[in-house]
Amino acid sequence: MSSSVSSGELTTADGVPLKVSLRRAVRRSRLKALLLVAPLLLFLVIAFVMPIFDMLSRSVANTEIATHLSRTVAALEDWDPRSDELPEEPVYEALANDLAEGHENRAIGRLSSRLNYEKSGMRSAVMRSGMASRTMDPPYKEGLLEAHDAWGDLETWRLIKRESSPYTLSYYLAAIDKQYSPEGEIVDVADDRRIYQGLFWRTFWMSSVITLLTLVLGFPIAYLLANLPLRKSNLLMILVLLPFWTSLLVRTTTWIAILQSQGVLNDIMVVLGVIADDARWQMIHNKLGTIIAMTHILLPFMILPLYSVMKTIPPSYMHAARSLGGKPFLSFRRVYFPLTIPGIAAGAILVFILSIGYYITPALVGGQSGRFITNYIAYHMQTSLNWGLAAAIASILLFVVVVFYLVFNRLVGVDKVKLG
Amino acid sequence: MAIPSYATRSERIWHYVFRGLCALIFLFLIGPLLIIIPLSFNAEPYFTFTREMLSFDPAGYSWRWYEDFFTSSRWLNSIKNSFIIGICSTLLATVLGTLAALGLSSRHMPARGLFMALLISPMIVPLIISAAAMFFFFSKIHLAQTYLGVILAHTVLGIPFVVITVTATLSSFDTTLIRAAHSLGASPQRTFFKVILPLVTPGVVSGALFAFITSFDEVVVVLFVAGPGQRTMPIQMWSGIREEISPTILAVATLLVILSILLLTTLELLRRRSERLRGMTPS
Repeated sequence: MSSSVSSGELTTADGVPLKVSLRRAVRRSRLKALLLVAPLLLFLVIAFVMPIFDMLSRSVANTEIATHLSRTVAALEDWDPRSDELPEEPVYEALANDLAEGHENRAIGRLSSRLNYEKSGMRSAVMRSGMASRTMDPPYKEGLLEAHDAWGDLETWRLIKRESSPYTLSYYLAAIDKQYSPEGEIVDVADDRRIYQGLFWRTFWMSSVITLLTLVLGFPIAYLLANLPLRKSNLLMILVLLPFWTSLLVRTTTWIAILQSQGVLNDIMVVLGVIADDARWQMIHNKLGTIIAMTHILLPFMILPLYSVMKTIPPSYMHAARSLGGKPFLSFRRVYFPLTIPGIAAGAILVFILSIGYYITPALVGGQSGRFITNYIAYHMQTSLNWGLAAAIASILLFVVVVFYLVFNRLVGVDKVKLG
Repeated sequence: MAIPSYATRSERIWHYVFRGLCALIFLFLIGPLLIIIPLSFNAEPYFTFTREMLSFDPAGYSWRWYEDFFTSSRWLNSIKNSFIIGICSTLLATVLGTLAALGLSSRHMPARGLFMALLISPMIVPLIISAAAMFFFFSKIHLAQTYLGVILAHTVLGIPFVVITVTATLSSFDTTLIRAAHSLGASPQRTFFKVILPLVTPGVVSGALFAFITSFDEVVVVLFVAGPGQRTMPIQMWSGIREEISPTILAVATLLVILSILLLTTLELLRRRSERLRGMTPS
């Protein structure tokens, strides 16, 4: 057709070639779409993405020593950390000046905490020497050695030399129970100080148990809902959605009321004579409490994706399997079950991701033994104030979550997520 | 799910066993929520049923924890804070999220999957990590311990819900309706107000409700970002559970269960309305 047009090209009424016009229209609508997304994107970058990157950078930031011991670090330039001799007098003089200044502008507290993370006892060494260095006369080496014997320890100097760069991996090492040896090699920390590897594993295995339990409990419910007539299943669906919509704190509180030793369940058991009054079950403030409460809280997140997949499986498949002679269990295992695997994957990944990042419930019902790694992020944020370590643990957890999120996105697609 | 006529005896037994199992799981889901309602009327400061309560003696029941709640300035103040923060962050999240959803539903949106993954990420990133990150960053830019800081943080958390619900509504939106309206002589404005808006509104409203309840129930971020001036109701409950365990918390919990029942009903009505408007058979 187009060959019959004199110019050889189709044009719009005002003479623009059709191709150009179409391209222009597509470009315009693409721009419009981007402009609509732009405000939200900008907002999220400022209020969410930048904070996350700020946290990631904090997990490797190491400014305290480079800033507050700048003269010492410069003077240590020529000192060989492998030598068996203490640094010379100029280094001690620089240190005394740095500490005196730190004492003056109150930066010494942060410096001492930072050094103390690496080597215990450094807090008092820095604080005491800071006080002494204000009135110290040369020779500084003798003065400082007298103020605290940490300055006569080669390890101290190797530590300062090693941690003088503006970035460090030591928070990440601490987050997986490793540390630098005095020789600068990465080694395990002493057995009695190992906690984080165990915590990461506990978080992962307890989350796996919770995921498995939600699957075992959620599968029959999803199956029932998907196979009942709509009117009935909508009614029962409310029983799934109501807990989903109820405040997390309410659901945690109610488990405290039920499970605690003077709680409802123990009282019933005592009244029924199953247990003696002085032998009440300890079901809360331990692993069991965390697992029960979190299984309850996360169960709807398993049921909903399972249900939406089972809803799409035609009942005729099972009828066909039965009419071809399959026994009920065999038909279920070979025909129905394989079709539900996408739903199982979606629900399991979702529950697992949510579970390893849970903080509130383990903190309230977990006691000492049922705590998750998240509780230690909060501990270092609020109590020990070791923010670098908090950021490093959070970054490791974030990495794990992002990996699972990408898998989830690949398998299910985030835009397929349904909310009730 | 009815038993087919050809079912064997063992299948019939399994059918009832299965029903029984499902009933038990439903009890596990809903029982704990129902149990706190009578407990919140306990006349004694215990978290369990007293002898008087079990024998339905009126003396065992009282409104004292509700009175305690409604006369405590700390609780009332925390409710006020929760509403201020919840409403502001919901408005912000709804406006930003709806605009973005409109863009994302466009056929010509480039890198749709990538943007979607990014916009939904606040829902996936563990709250403690978001909270820690926002605490560090907001402290730097002097937003920590302010209403604005908490509102912005809750807006971030509410956005994924708005984006998900509104894009879901838009993806099932039948664009031939627009052309039909035009061909029947409606002006673009009239088409927008009479056709597009009524069909999209239920999605936007349920997105807004999701965002509101997210903010209303959020503890972790408030714990880190807010100061003592912005204590919200969940924070009050959190410290109540940790420090002075009193059944006032059960009264609050009962009120919150009622709130979630109301919310769920609203959402269900919205869903039915939107299905009716689309000409789908109501389920």
